Parts: sequence; C-alpha cells; structure tokens
Amino acid sequence: MSDVMIEARDLTKHYGSVTALKNATFEVNRGEVVGFLGPNGAGKTTTMKILTCFIAPSEGTARVGGADIFEDPIAVRQAIGYLPESTPLYTEMLVLEYLEFAGKMRGLNGDGLRARLRKVVEETSLGDVIGKSIGELSKGFRQRVGLAQALIHEPPVLILDEPMSGLDPNQASEIRELIREIGRERTIILSTHNLAEVQVTCGRVLIISQGQLVADDTPEELAARAGKPRFIATVRRNGHSPADIREAFSKIGDAQSVKDRDGNGPNELIVEVVPKGTQDLRADIFQTAVAADLVLLGLEQRGENLEDIFRLLTTGTGGA
Amino acid sequence: MKHILTIGGRQFRSYFNGPVAYIVICIVMLTLGFFFWKTFFLFGRASAREMFRWLGLILVFALPALTMGLLAEEKRTGTIELLITMPVTEAQVILGKFLGVFGLYAVLLALTLPYPMSVATLGDLDWGPVWGGYLGLVLQGSALLAIGLMASSWTNNQLIALFVALTLSVFFWVLDKFLALLPTNAASALEWLSFDYHFQSMARGVVDLRDVLFFLSVTIVALAAAFRALESRRWS
Repeated sequence: MSDVMIEARDLTKHYGSVTALKNATFEVNRGEVVGFLGPNGAGKTTTMKILTCFIAPSEGTARVGGADIFEDPIAVRQAIGYLPESTPLYTEMLVLEYLEFAGKMRGLNGDGLRARLRKVVEETSLGDVIGKSIGELSKGFRQRVGLAQALIHEPPVLILDEPMSGLDPNQASEIRELIREIGRERTIILSTHNLAEVQVTCGRVLIISQGQLVADDTPEELAARAGKPRFIATVRRNGHSPADIREAFSKIGDAQSVKDRDGNGPNELIVEVVPKGTQDLRADIFQTAVAADLVLLGLEQRGENLEDIFRLLTTGTGGA
Repeated sequence: MKHILTIGGRQFRSYFNGPVAYIVICIVMLTLGFFFWKTFFLFGRASAREMFRWLGLILVFALPALTMGLLAEEKRTGTIELLITMPVTEAQVILGKFLGVFGLYAVLLALTLPYPMSVATLGDLDWGPVWGGYLGLVLQGSALLAIGLMASSWTNNQLIALFVALTLSVFFWVLDKFLALLPTNAASALEWLSFDYHFQSMARGVVDLRDVLFFLSVTIVALAAAFRALESRRWS
C-alpha cells in the first residue's frame, strides 16, 4: 500500500439542481490528521458520506486505503472507522453489546474480538459504563462509544464528522485529547466548524466553501499566508492630539499604515501599526512613544488568526 | 452469511428491549384466545382449523406493527448510516433485518402451539392439517413481513410504514372476499392473488407447491423492492 491513504479525484455531487460538492480533489497521507473546515452546508458531510460509500458521487471517484469506492466499497468500508454526525447509536443497546456488534460486523470474533474490546474500552475510558445502556449516557460518553466502535477493527483511516459538536468544553477537550492520541498512528479526517479545534488537533486544514475546496495547508502556513502581524499600542496622550500621535508613528520606517481609535477614558489612545513586511516593530513603537512624550501603557502583537482567514475564504464570491 | 446473522441477531434482541414485541405478542394471544374459545365448544369438534382461520387474519393486522420500524426508525435516527458504512452490502442488511423479524415471528408462532396441544387432549386431533396450517402461517407470514419491510424502506416515518404495510396486507387478504360480485375471469385472477385463498388451502392440510411458490415469490419481490429502495439512496 502506498502512503496515500485517501485520494479524492474531482468529486462532484448534485442533489437535484443543488450542487453540494464541486470538483473536490485532495490527498491525505498515512498518519496525517486533517481538519475539514467550512460553514454548515459547505459540503463537508457530503464528502465524508462519499468516502464511506454511503452515497455515490455524481462525478469523480475516490480511493481509500488503495480500494476504489465504486469497485470495492466493502474493502473501503473495512479500511475506515466512521463516526457520523451526531453519533447515531442504537440507544436501547448496552455499551458492551453495541461494541461487540460493531466488532462482529467488522469481521472480528472470539479471542480477537475480546482482546480488541478490552483495548478500545481502555483507550476510550469506557470501563465504568460498559454495562449501561447507550441511551442513559451523557453526550460525552456517547461520543466515546462512537469513537470506540470506529476504532474496534483498528482501521488505518478514521473519518469523524463533527466529533466535538454539542459537547461542553470539558468533554470537548477530553475528546480532542483522545483524537490526538489516536491520531499518532492513524490517518484521520475530521470535520468541524470550530477553528480552535483545528488549530489544536490537526496538522493540515482543508477549507471548503460552497462545495469547493478553497484552501489546503497547515494551520500555521494558512495564518502566515493571509496575515501580516499587527501591533496594537495603547498610549496616554499627555495632551497631544490623535492626529499628531498618528503622525509620529507614521514616521517609523517600516510602518505601512497607522490607525487610531479612542481607548479607555479621554486621555488614552489605541494605535494600530501595520508593518510593510513582517517586521517586528515593537522596539520602534516603544522608542517613538518615548520620543513623542507619550506613555506606553500596553503593546501587543497580533497575527491574523485562522478565524479571519476562514471568514475571508468562505464569504463573498465563493472563494478562489 | 455471518453478517446477516449478526444483523438479524441484533434486531431480534432489540425487539425485547422495547415494548413493541411484547405488545404485539400480547394482543395476538388475547384476540386469538377470545375468538378461538368463543366458538370452540359450539362446534364440539377436536380441530384446530378455527385457530388457523383466526390467526391468518389477526397476523395480517399484527405483523405490520413488527416491521414498521425495521428501516424507517434507523433512517429517522441516522443509525442506518453507521450500519451501511460497516463492511456489508445492502442485500445483507435487508436479509438480516428480515431474519431478525422472522425470528420474532417464529417465537410468536411457537407461543400458539399450546392451542393444538390442548385440543389434542380433548379429542382425537388430526395433526396433518395442523402442520399444514403452520407451514401456511410461516409462508404467509414471510410474505407479510417482507411487505412490511418494503414499506419500512420507503419512508423514515414508522407510522407511514405501518399504514402502507397495513393497506397492502389487508388488500391482499381481502381480495377473494368479494368474488361473487365479479365476472368469472377476473374473479379467478383475484382469487389467485389473494393471500387467504392460498393460506386456507394449506390450513386444510393440502400442501400444494403452487401455494408455496406464490408466497415465496411475493416474499422475494418485496425484499428485492426493499433492497432497491435502500440502495437508491446512494444515487439520489
């Protein structure tokens, strides 16, 4: 098997006259954790349903673990552990019963099944609830059961649709930790619209908007690509007018633009300086403030964060 | 085959985790008991004919309640997505579901065995028609269950599935009840399509291959339709 675990070629899906996905082409390598990011209805879930052979693309095709979704859907499904959106489980079953069922369906039995059950229950910390019915569990525990059933047959590929949605912050961070743990040895695609999630969990981000892939990069590179740093200085005016202060900061050699706005109280001003390149202007700002008889109350460097990029890429004309 | 058994086993067990199976079994046993014993001593004959007559009819109404949720409920809650994305084919899912509900039906039939047994203690029971009757119930039952499964595959609303299955089941049962009003040709065609016509001839103890093939054909056609419906989601 090559190192490309997921290979999507020109995936297109029409629902009647609506195009949910348009020419999506991407590859995911072994061991990568990829975040699939986009607003609701952008085509994330559609892509995942195509990869798991739940629905067929209108055009294009994909290979998962070397098997084609049209030619050998069973091999594709065997290679995948899937957690659909909102974790649909048989709520009347006991946790253990359900995991046993999931294991048998993936071809495990006897001692092999028992060993895997022990392992996933330990990995997902389900030991205390193993004899409870799934309907009684909290959302966080249900999510763990969902992950456990996806992991039971040690699939090389995990596809998780919104694994952290609907969880409270504690539960979410536990699941995030768990996914990071699992991701050490596996290829994972997870979809989310929570940007912080992606920055923490994923090594790579695919941004999808209105059915089209608009970005494919690491979170850091994406941030670097779209964003220059900005420097935000809060100064005490000491009687100088905002125009004079702006003028003083504009004289910094590498400053491209300077904006100001009122700070807390009449005597404070917030100045935003954007450099020409990616220079660090903090020292210049400090010296300028001193030279212009201002008191520097605060100085902060801000990069353009993923959220800004996301908004930039997914609004407006539908992306590049 | 293993996947079919796994899906069927899960379905069978899940019936006993919910109320539907118990309710249906209770209602079937109570109505059967009422109608059977009401006239049994009037006839004064050691025969189980009446039981099959009533049971054939009661099941027409009862079985759709067992099948209504088979796929409709899985589609409503989304569990179908997890089931289908496991390494199984649509055909295995359909056959597994059918097997699961058929297992429950077998339990229901086994629970009626005390009727012929108690009749046998009261007089000299001819067991031939009894076994013919049970074979007829098994065959008519699989046709009804397959129709119910088909109805369940068309919707994600259990009540709609119930209504459609009931309509179809009652339709096929009632076909030979108004024959006197029709011209002979049409009458014999309708009679041949009627479930009750084929079933009652078996319950008399006459096992005709044509009756067997009739019910098997209906079962296969309905299961194939359910398969098509389940598979069509891929292309919608």
